Amino acid sequence: MTDTTRIRLMSSSFILGFFLLWEVLCIVLNVSDLILPRPSEIVVTLWTRFPVLWPHILQTLYATLTGFSLGVIIGVSLGVLIGTSRVAYGVAYPLLVGFSSIPKVAVVPIFVLWFGSGTTPAILTAMVICVFPIVVNIATGLATTEPDLEDVLKTLGASKKEILWNVGLPRTMPYFFASLKVAITLSFVGAVLSETVASNKGIGNVMMTASSNFQVSLVFAGLIVLALMGVALYAFFSFLESRVTGWATRGNDIAIT
Amino acid sequence: MNMTSDIPAQAMPVPATPPASRINPVHPRPAIELQEASVVFGKGPQSVTALSPTTLRMERGDFLALVGPSGCGKSTILRLVSNLIQPSSGLVLLGGREVAAKELRIGMAFQNPTMLPWLTIEKNVMLPLKIVEPFKRTFRQDRKGAYRDRVHALLAQVGLKDFAGHFPWQLSGGMLQRANLCRALIHDPDLLLLDEPFGALDQFTREELWQILQDLYLDRKPTVLLVTHDLREAGFLARRICVMSARPGRVISDRAVDLPQPRDIGVIYDPAFVEMTQGLRELIAQVRK
Repeated sequence: MTDTTRIRLMSSSFILGFFLLWEVLCIVLNVSDLILPRPSEIVVTLWTRFPVLWPHILQTLYATLTGFSLGVIIGVSLGVLIGTSRVAYGVAYPLLVGFSSIPKVAVVPIFVLWFGSGTTPAILTAMVICVFPIVVNIATGLATTEPDLEDVLKTLGASKKEILWNVGLPRTMPYFFASLKVAITLSFVGAVLSETVASNKGIGNVMMTASSNFQVSLVFAGLIVLALMGVALYAFFSFLESRVTGWATRGNDIAIT
Repeated sequence: MNMTSDIPAQAMPVPATPPASRINPVHPRPAIELQEASVVFGKGPQSVTALSPTTLRMERGDFLALVGPSGCGKSTILRLVSNLIQPSSGLVLLGGREVAAKELRIGMAFQNPTMLPWLTIEKNVMLPLKIVEPFKRTFRQDRKGAYRDRVHALLAQVGLKDFAGHFPWQLSGGMLQRANLCRALIHDPDLLLLDEPFGALDQFTREELWQILQDLYLDRKPTVLLVTHDLREAGFLARRICVMSARPGRVISDRAVDLPQPRDIGVIYDPAFVEMTQGLRELIAQVRK
């Protein structure tokens, strides 16, 4: 058995053990399913209510991915601007830090005020919540590019744009992918947050409605769905990362797969 | 153990583009000219003079080694010539024009091999062809064909034929430095600037690379400006050696090396050679004080 398969096996049994412990504790301590339903109940609910949940899953996925894509576009552009220009870095950074320290729950009502409830505020919340880590990582990657690497191209007479394309951006890819993995999970948080506050669609809304009707196992089913989607997207970007930036994680046998 | 001797000269492919002489019909001499060029970093009382007004001329095809104590401004001269920094006063002319005009193609290799870690050796060496005119014009069409062959032929010349597809971190320091030389030479530069390229290598690897560099130089005859701490390296490779004083630096001695090229590595134990390096050593020991 190789190290990788052993670690994967351990990880799977760890997850399984977590749910088993949950199940056993619920039975032993006789916990009411209005407080904490057992995993088996949640799975049954998930299975029987899946046709109802499905459109909401799609809705949340749509809001998250749209917001995330917008966030990536804006984040990369801002990051490149700030990372390549010392002036822009100094001028824009304080404002960015200010924006990022605002709790994103607080902006949802503003978006609702501007755009009404529904999909738009969910997309916008997913976007604003994921922009900052991308900007910071791109800017850091560019700003910390070794001058030696840039000198190689400068002596060849390369333009600023050529240096950015051939040295700055490839050098920044590991930072970029690290930020994407953070950003995609944050986007989920943003979208669901907005759905719980102001929407009649999406997993966030389902969970709010279910909790006010005391359908606790449905609330947990929603949580499980969110966790699964988060893991799936995280895994997707990890895979992409290992393809694009393999040079940066060389020799790391337990690199994230 | 000259690794390139068994490779016939015609193994080099015909350049995909016309040689530089046909692109720039008039090649004004000299190749490099510093006229009272000085470099001062910073302003006011905090300023540091890295280079006193220095005048230096280099003819085309010459091989000049700059030696001197640490911090004397040797690398500053290289950075001036490669246009990485501008002179605070005076002029730096390449082929009779100001540096920024970029009439001459420049290849440069630093002490640190600075291979881009995300590219294979082949792609690293090919990089200048992507940036420098006239190669860049046909880069898209030629990168899988003519340029690739060109890179492979040059890598073969320095004994890296089987490592084209490897990444930099898979190679040893000596191999990286060979690849670094290839990258500095792939675009047939008129001017080759070397900043202590073999400084971090062990003695045997260094001597091996001296011979490779000598072969490449005699094969292509670029104008070479070599900055080095190693007096034997300077004596073995160069046709002319300039000694610089301690900071703020200026050239205090300028002498020719009257040994026929190609030189055999054994020459460094020759009494005349030892006498020459001894002389240089004493000169530098004096100016260090």
